[in-house]
Amino acid sequence: MAVLDLKRKLAILSDAAKYDASCASSGSGRRDSVGGKGVGSTEGMGICHAYAPDGRCISLLKILLTNYCIYDCAYCVNRVSSNTPRARFSVKEVVDLTLGFYRRNYIEGLFLSSGIIRTADYTMEAMVRVARTLRLDHDFRGYIHLKLIPEASPGLVAEAGLYADRVSINVELPRDDSLARLAPEKDAGGIRKAMGGVRRSAEAAKDRRSKAMPPKFAPAGQSTQMIVGADDAPDGEILKRSETLYGAYHLRRVYYSAFSPIPDSTARLPLARPPLVREHRLYQADWLMRFYGFGRAEIVGETEDLDLAVDPKLGWALRNRGEFPVDLNTADRERLLRVPGLGVKSVDRLLGIRRYKRLVLEDVRRLTRGLDKLRPFIVTADWTPGALTDSAGLRQRYVPEPKQMSLF
Amino acid sequence: MQVVRLAHETDFDGWREAARSLRAHGVAPEAALWTVDGAAELFAPEPPAAGANTVAERPFRVPKAFVELAAKAILHRSDERFALLYRLLWRLQTEPNLMRIVSDPDVARAQEFGRNVSRAAHKMKAFVRFREARDDLGEAYVSWFEPAHRVTEATAPFFVRRFTNMRWSILTPDVCAHWDLADLTFTAGADPADAPREDALEDYWRTYYASIFNPARLKVGAMQSEMPKRYWRNLPEAALIPELIASAQARTAEMVRQPATEPSRRVVKAAVRTSRDAPYDSAGPTELGAVAAGVDHCRRCDLWRDATQGVPGQGPAQARLMLVGEQPGDQEDLAGLPFVGPAGQMLDRALAEAGVPRAETFVTNAVKHFKHEPRGKRRIHKTPNAGEVSACRWWLDAERRLVRPKVIVALGGTAALAVFGRPTAVGQFRQQAIQLPDQTQGVVTYHPSYLLRLPDPDAKKVAYAAFVADLTFAWGLVKASAPA
Repeated sequence: MAVLDLKRKLAILSDAAKYDASCASSGSGRRDSVGGKGVGSTEGMGICHAYAPDGRCISLLKILLTNYCIYDCAYCVNRVSSNTPRARFSVKEVVDLTLGFYRRNYIEGLFLSSGIIRTADYTMEAMVRVARTLRLDHDFRGYIHLKLIPEASPGLVAEAGLYADRVSINVELPRDDSLARLAPEKDAGGIRKAMGGVRRSAEAAKDRRSKAMPPKFAPAGQSTQMIVGADDAPDGEILKRSETLYGAYHLRRVYYSAFSPIPDSTARLPLARPPLVREHRLYQADWLMRFYGFGRAEIVGETEDLDLAVDPKLGWALRNRGEFPVDLNTADRERLLRVPGLGVKSVDRLLGIRRYKRLVLEDVRRLTRGLDKLRPFIVTADWTPGALTDSAGLRQRYVPEPKQMSLF
Repeated sequence: MQVVRLAHETDFDGWREAARSLRAHGVAPEAALWTVDGAAELFAPEPPAAGANTVAERPFRVPKAFVELAAKAILHRSDERFALLYRLLWRLQTEPNLMRIVSDPDVARAQEFGRNVSRAAHKMKAFVRFREARDDLGEAYVSWFEPAHRVTEATAPFFVRRFTNMRWSILTPDVCAHWDLADLTFTAGADPADAPREDALEDYWRTYYASIFNPARLKVGAMQSEMPKRYWRNLPEAALIPELIASAQARTAEMVRQPATEPSRRVVKAAVRTSRDAPYDSAGPTELGAVAAGVDHCRRCDLWRDATQGVPGQGPAQARLMLVGEQPGDQEDLAGLPFVGPAGQMLDRALAEAGVPRAETFVTNAVKHFKHEPRGKRRIHKTPNAGEVSACRWWLDAERRLVRPKVIVALGGTAALAVFGRPTAVGQFRQQAIQLPDQTQGVVTYHPSYLLRLPDPDAKKVAYAAFVADLTFAWGLVKASAPA
């Protein structure tokens, strides 16, 4: 076999890693390289060092240690039965690339994942070795995100948590049955147990009752990813699964990745890809559940899909006209958060101003992206929507008319 | 007209000093003209003479929010920033809450300046690209950068914290920052020609940038709103963007056109294997290990869907006392072991007080999966219904058949339903030995979670004492039965 040069390996192993949507480099504690020997800092908020034309941020060097894999997951370009070119980094190569990129300020750190080679422990050990070398030999204080292999032994997982800021295990698909069908070697129960183990380790690390200082464990918590559109689970079912996952494993994020065509695809997958806007709507609904006090059942029924034409908050408002209009001068924070067009920041600003003066439309215009969306749902000192809130054609205001093709 | 000449473009201290003095002298915002040394002068400077106050010095305090915003907004490239901030200061005299009214045009403008400056500082942290240079002292890293606003000095400490052990310089048209491993110094603005022309690793970075891009999902607008074109000329990767966009559609079309790969034979075999090995067989398991494995794969009801795992009983296979709870909780669901959470700790304490050795008991639950509903970011316990209890009795019966305890204690109503097969009121049947068909004796008592939830401390004390008494009673029945 020909020896691949490093640049070629980098091309193969970053191409193989791009289907993981996670990019965050946030949520860890504050630390810097003052008093140390190496480079690196994290200051809470992550930094996106570049953006690719797919609109995704590039914050970490996101690569696989190897894309050889003994598993055969239908949705994955690296499955054993695919004909994709293969490569494998040495530990030193990953360490050198990470440090070289970091010193030039290209990245916040490393996001390392891997295909499964030989056994789960063999693979996990190699990934942990990369993190250990960066932390111990080079005193690297940047961000590290390690993918965990669910079947890896607890000792290796503990060591991964010691060096990593964040760890993640992907649930991959919303339904256990789909996982069994599309990823025969993966075990949904095993994935959940591993995520439960991560939550327990993270809680033990923060336990103030124990006398000895407990070992550190992934201070930026854990996240996961679900592929959308590879099976026929509706949005309601996907969001219900997220709700369960957030509650059970205290995840920082669930990433939704619209199934996208991969090179060398398999016949087990649907031919049509879901529209990218579906992924966008799922993220919006996810935010409503986490930051706006919405319950999943309020947003979408378990067997339904989200409305692609209007965002889920506007959709809720259109279905619940009786809750509107909301008087911006008197309503409490919880109700203000339910007004379409008002985000958390604008709500907090409105509450701040309200203590000193009566709000008028002009105030609202300065603080939000546009009044048009808001008008039917709000009352201010100088505005009341009258019959507009309940008008039959309200939805039409927000949905662009389908354009007729012009003849020529 | 009062003219103020500041020492340089980011002279916040000078502005503050002058603004203080102008205000004390009652110089209205319209009567003050702000310039920077070196800029064209219209009038000769006439600083207000010290000690010649026309207005008596009134005590005047400004909100902290104003000072913080002013320090930031002064870094903005707009010429109107000094006057705007002085106008705000002037208005604060009569409108002390002005800074809270963020919809006021002056406040909104100043805050917009502040946001622009914060964003420019953030983008500087993101988009500075160092190139390696060698000199007499060894390796150093040099960057040429053009910040949107004058944020270089304010942002340099970030680079010190991040690259403390690296010699570096950031050159900009306004000012240059240098770190020599010990001190941060600033020199006058420079020229792009002063920075290194290339770096060997940039080609690797471009390779990474091109490879991590997914051509199947083009969102050029999203990219440009976060990575504005004004920064592109100093980003080595940006040169690739036009070509990546141009070829994206063709690459995606090619992927879709490729015929699907046939699934491998291995995959087909694995699918057959999965369907053959049914999760549990109908004859019932014949050892506790099989119960544990079966419980974890159980699909007899729907509770498995939202749970982490099935939680089987735990304890010696020949235990004389079996304790049956309701269902695993949040902690048990994660650990895969019964009674390890708060209820388990209370049970342990009560067992110890009743003189029952926990290690000699078999502890299990009526329902083996955690039934719950999401409430915010937590999971709230939900009582299993009769259908779920009845579906799961299959496993409890197997455990009873295999362990053959002398006495079974049902903890709470759900456990009583599972053990006795019919609703059994706890309060009514406490302290009684109930004969069961399989020659064991049954005892009912409270569930420890019930004790934990009692709000009244006195009622809690009474119920806890009763709980310990019931466990003592059950252990008495065990000892009275035939010796082990």
